[in-house]
Amino acid sequence: MDFDFSSEEKMVRDQVDRYLMNNCENGVFRSVLEGEGAYSEDVWRGLVEMGVPGTAISAEYGGVGAGYSTLCLVAEQLGAYLAPTPFSSSIYLAAEAIQLFGSEDQKQTWLPKLAAGEVIGTLAVTESTQESTEDNIQVSCSDGKLSGRKLIVPHAGIADLCVVVARDINAGVNLYLVDLGDAIGASPGSVSVTPIDTVDNTMNSCSVQFANTPCELLGAPGEGWHQLKVVYDRAAVLIAFEQIGGARKALDMAVDYAKGRFAFGRPIGSFQALKHMMADMYVALKLAESNCYYAAWALSTDSAELPLAAATARVSATQAYQLCARDNIQVHGGMGFTWEFDCHLYYRRSNYLTLMLGGLSTWEDKLIHALPSGKAA
Amino acid sequence: MDFNDTEQEATFRQQVKSWIGDNAPTYLREELELSGFGSTRTGSYDPLAEAKKWQKKKADAGWACIQWPKEYGGRGATPIESVIWNQEEGVYNKLSGTFIIGQGMCAPTMMSYASEAQLKRYMPTLASGQEVWCQLFSEPQAGSDLAGLRTKAEKEGDDWVINGQKIWTSGAQHSDYGILITRTDPEVPKHRGLTMFFLDMKSDGVDVRPIKQANGDSGFNEVYFENVRIPDAQRLGEVGEGWRVSLTTLMNERMAIGGGIATGFPEIQALVEELHVATGTAIDNPAVKSKLADWYAKSAGLRNTASRAISALSKGEIPGPENSIGKLVAGGMMQDIAKFSLDLQGLGGAIVDPEIARGSARIQAMLMRSPAVRIEGGTDQILRNILSERVLGLPDDMRADKGIGFNKIPSGS
Ligand SMILES: Cc1cc2nc3c(=O)[nH]c(=O)nc-3n(C[C@H](O)[C@H](O)[C@H](O)COP(=O)(O)OP(=O)(O)OC[C@H]3O[C@@H](n4cnc5c(N)ncnc54)[C@H](O)[C@@H]3O)c2cc1C
Repeated sequence: MDFDFSSEEKMVRDQVDRYLMNNCENGVFRSVLEGEGAYSEDVWRGLVEMGVPGTAISAEYGGVGAGYSTLCLVAEQLGAYLAPTPFSSSIYLAAEAIQLFGSEDQKQTWLPKLAAGEVIGTLAVTESTQESTEDNIQVSCSDGKLSGRKLIVPHAGIADLCVVVARDINAGVNLYLVDLGDAIGASPGSVSVTPIDTVDNTMNSCSVQFANTPCELLGAPGEGWHQLKVVYDRAAVLIAFEQIGGARKALDMAVDYAKGRFAFGRPIGSFQALKHMMADMYVALKLAESNCYYAAWALSTDSAELPLAAATARVSATQAYQLCARDNIQVHGGMGFTWEFDCHLYYRRSNYLTLMLGGLSTWEDKLIHALPSGKAA
Repeated sequence: MDFNDTEQEATFRQQVKSWIGDNAPTYLREELELSGFGSTRTGSYDPLAEAKKWQKKKADAGWACIQWPKEYGGRGATPIESVIWNQEEGVYNKLSGTFIIGQGMCAPTMMSYASEAQLKRYMPTLASGQEVWCQLFSEPQAGSDLAGLRTKAEKEGDDWVINGQKIWTSGAQHSDYGILITRTDPEVPKHRGLTMFFLDMKSDGVDVRPIKQANGDSGFNEVYFENVRIPDAQRLGEVGEGWRVSLTTLMNERMAIGGGIATGFPEIQALVEELHVATGTAIDNPAVKSKLADWYAKSAGLRNTASRAISALSKGEIPGPENSIGKLVAGGMMQDIAKFSLDLQGLGGAIVDPEIARGSARIQAMLMRSPAVRIEGGTDQILRNILSERVLGLPDDMRADKGIGFNKIPSGS
């Protein structure tokens, strides 16, 4: 038994930490938020130059093959620095789906380019303001052509490649690969991508309309919904690490402010109401962090416990980030509600990440579903 | 990172399993499964006698306090081996309640401050459960503010003479020894005038009076001292250094290592899997699911946090104040779980008769015991103070007693 990351894993984390500290201060997030570009090309390029997107992609497909525990620690740093890059969509979702379910040919075609950052990928699921289910997927495929609209797809404005959840008229729900560049090149009207405002505009969310768009099947016919769940369980661990990374920064920001701001002749950090609020933030974070560690192990070893471990990490990381982001504003008082202070950056990102793979209640449901009966114990 | 046993750990686990398989008091198993939340059920057998019997059997075979050095009655085992032992001992661990304070708190304090001869005399009998120890810290005027204690110790020749009163002393009624914190100098600021001892609870002038608790049990006591004599050789640490000595005890109290801290999660899971509510089986109800998921995530979080602490410990790191989160999370959670579990049952949930109530009234016992978890060993508020000051580095409270001689501090009485 050893419940800690290895020193090699921590070394990669520290490298990414250093890089982001020097190149991804909150101003980078702000400029994307304020509409200067769809993402930070500089930060993305920097990460690519360090080989970071290929962390868990195997060497035979152009990656580093350093494994998922390392990728978890990378994710924690990306979350901490609110990195406005398409990392999550391209790596945790698109590359993951192709690694898991792609044909040899599809893997050869796409994984090296995703690892090298030459291609940005994403995953299109949501079609309405209802939580997606296997039954309410309406984007459809017939004769290798997709039609219909995905309401909100993160990073779709900058993506070259899109994994699409759609219904085959005969087989049920499938995953498909769409080469967006090719499709638009061949027929400009076949894909239209329209930016859409969200609580976190650094996520480059767009509506995507397909009109007889050529696509390829990804994985087994009729297995799309199940495959999506497998991808989500894995991505949930990585997003949970982003969440604890962000939660930690929000807590640090609250603590720093509370030490320096005075009211009634004393630092506000000496008021118990605030001290206890920050103690509770710390507790939520610590529980989430420990659940994330366990989930990192389950992910990196393909443990049968992954669905439960992932849902557990995801539920507690969501709770922790939402709590820390929310109460960081409270500690700051009026300053916390200004555009100028960074509190809202964490608040925005925390609430977007909460919803990204299905909201808290969806993951609570999955957790209970994965929980072995108490009678067995 | 690896959550599986190494080959060596697996061998050790097998060894533990087979010893427990051959030796555990299986006749108590069923009753012990229904124990917890302040009571140890042993059916028609006497709980204290059974506890001592199991402890002695373990000690004779080298399975008591396994992390302690061999010469003190232990096995010299590693922290991880200790976790494995706890996992495998399982339900029989509930018999050890009587010894937790002695073995978990008094012993580490003794090991830091007592003489080698004293340790050889007292530790093996503590490990084997032949002698029970208690912790005489809290007083009527000094709980959270422990350093405000008043029990006096005055030097007379080679002895110290003790006068005063302790309260909330768990297990004092069947204790043989105790560690006792006293005031030896009332003139200096409060933390500086304290001194620690250990004493024989059968000494002349010690009077133990059980207190009836809110849940009807009598686990804790008042202890009065009238001219009780303690030899100077039983002083732990220097005169005036008692506060520092007490921190050793309190640190160990809050470690709650092993992840074994009760949260009530298994109890509510068992309940909602079988209970019917208006919408069908309770566990299928969305409101129930949501709460259950939250509680599972918290209890898993505690378990995984404990695992990390053990890993750190086995690499030689010293566990810090962050371990205060265990009891803080578990206490409140247990209370919430109890209330929600009863809410699902309507007025029938109020029944405490174990023959009628579901799950032998364990949830009702949890309801009535949980307030104590939020108080004993540092209240929820004190633990939040510790986390915010010692982990997050936030400023201390404004204090009305700073730097003032103990006898000048306002006391409200
Ligand atoms: C079941 C049980 C077993 C126990 N066993 C033992 C034992 O074996 N040995 C022993 O020595 N003691 C024992 N105790 C005593 C226990 O440690 C004290 O009860 C506890 O420390 C609280 O002290 P108090 O009861 O004096 O409450 P107080 O300190 O008077 O607290 C009253 C309230 O004021 C709050 N408060 C106090 N100070 C602060 C502060 N600085 N900031 C914010 N809030 C504050 C508290 O949180 C609490 O809500 C036991 C208690 C219980 C309930």
